[in-house]
Amino acid sequence: MAAVRETCLVVTFASTHDAMAAERSLLEQGVAGRIIPTPVAISSECGLAWKSPVAAREALLAALATLAHDAVVEMEL
Amino acid sequence: MIYLNCAATSFRRPDSVGRAVLAAMGSCGSYGRGSGGGDLDAARMVFSAREKLADFLGFSHPERVCFTSGATQSLNTAIMGMPRVHGRVIATDWDHNATLRPLARLADEQGARVDFVPAGPDGALDLDVLETLLGEPADFIVCTHASNVTGMVADVAHVVSLGHAHGVPVVLDAAQTAGSMPLSMEGLGVDVLCVTGHKALMGPTGTGAILVSPHIEPAPLIEGGSGVRSAERRQPSVWPEHLEAGTLNMHGIAGLAAALDWLDDVGVAEIHAYESALLDRFLAGVSRIEGAEPYGTFDGAHCGIVSLNLRGWESSALADELAARYGIATRAGLHCAPRMHAALGTLERGCVRFSFNRFTGTDDIDAALAALSELAGA
Repeated sequence: MAAVRETCLVVTFASTHDAMAAERSLLEQGVAGRIIPTPVAISSECGLAWKSPVAAREALLAALATLAHDAVVEMEL
Repeated sequence: MIYLNCAATSFRRPDSVGRAVLAAMGSCGSYGRGSGGGDLDAARMVFSAREKLADFLGFSHPERVCFTSGATQSLNTAIMGMPRVHGRVIATDWDHNATLRPLARLADEQGARVDFVPAGPDGALDLDVLETLLGEPADFIVCTHASNVTGMVADVAHVVSLGHAHGVPVVLDAAQTAGSMPLSMEGLGVDVLCVTGHKALMGPTGTGAILVSPHIEPAPLIEGGSGVRSAERRQPSVWPEHLEAGTLNMHGIAGLAAALDWLDDVGVAEIHAYESALLDRFLAGVSRIEGAEPYGTFDGAHCGIVSLNLRGWESSALADELAARYGIATRAGLHCAPRMHAALGTLERGCVRFSFNRFTGTDDIDAALAALSELAGA
């Protein structure tokens, strides 16, 4: 059975530490999403990434303003 | 058994430490090596432990707290990896072999010159000499916070002040002080802090850390898997992975995190006061024992360590008698600190070290004093 794909926002990080700091903060702020393995299509420094639904874009970007991260990529997963 | 060798390891630890290690063995996967349940649990636990340790040691950059196997690995990392321009390092007579041997390696293999701040027969460091030594360029100063032989605590703020006035960073070996007395890396202005987890920090053996200020970029001692930038040929420069090649000791770090919670609950100031009271009790008793010769001075800052010799006894024989007849664990010999023993005049005969922590009772102190009194009269 093929996986159902959907467009989402993927946040990449430089280190596992940054990914964990972001996870804690994003969850505390109620931003929808979770940690995932960084998609191979993304050139990333860290093996962990954060995935949010597109609908959470505004809250995600607002929260990321104070969090160390590399990039936010919109992609189909 | 009465364990008075706490400068070697804490031996008895908070019960929560063992429970945390066991729980981690059943729940932790690998930090930074996957996003499944167990691996994420490990990543969250290590992240939290890193923050706790940074907070406990007064350092505002948890991402630059790198876990190691202990102070020895931390000191090797610092000494072998600190940026070198002048090929010269300043150390002290208080330093442990965890510092002295990598310095000797640096001298032998890379031609570095090492100059030492001397200690006098009373154990005190002559910091006037440090000022003189700083008249020539040096790459860094490495300094022991508390002597593992005498328990005397160095005036690190003064060392840092002198070093920084000459643009020389300071690496501090806090193996004996982290957890036994209040310690703030940023408060002291220290550039690199090296700690072990299994002594006064009350964690498991095989844990430790190196804390590196943002203006210092040491080369890694070892290179390998990092979980980040996997396509790069050499160890990534991102922190903390820069100094954390290979799989971390997750189980030990979980125990160390539990120990830090315990230390926070008890309060490190309370622990220092408790150990100081034990020290005073022991010293008062020793002063009444004819032929007992403690080393160092006791009028300044001090941690729970007293080393002595007893007239008529070789140090190794005394430690053996204390263990065999009285069930009291101490440590005889040179304590991996040959330059300190040379300064004290005990390089040939060594001495017997008694060391305490928060789990040492006054009855343990009294038992040691009674044993020493008996042996002094034997």
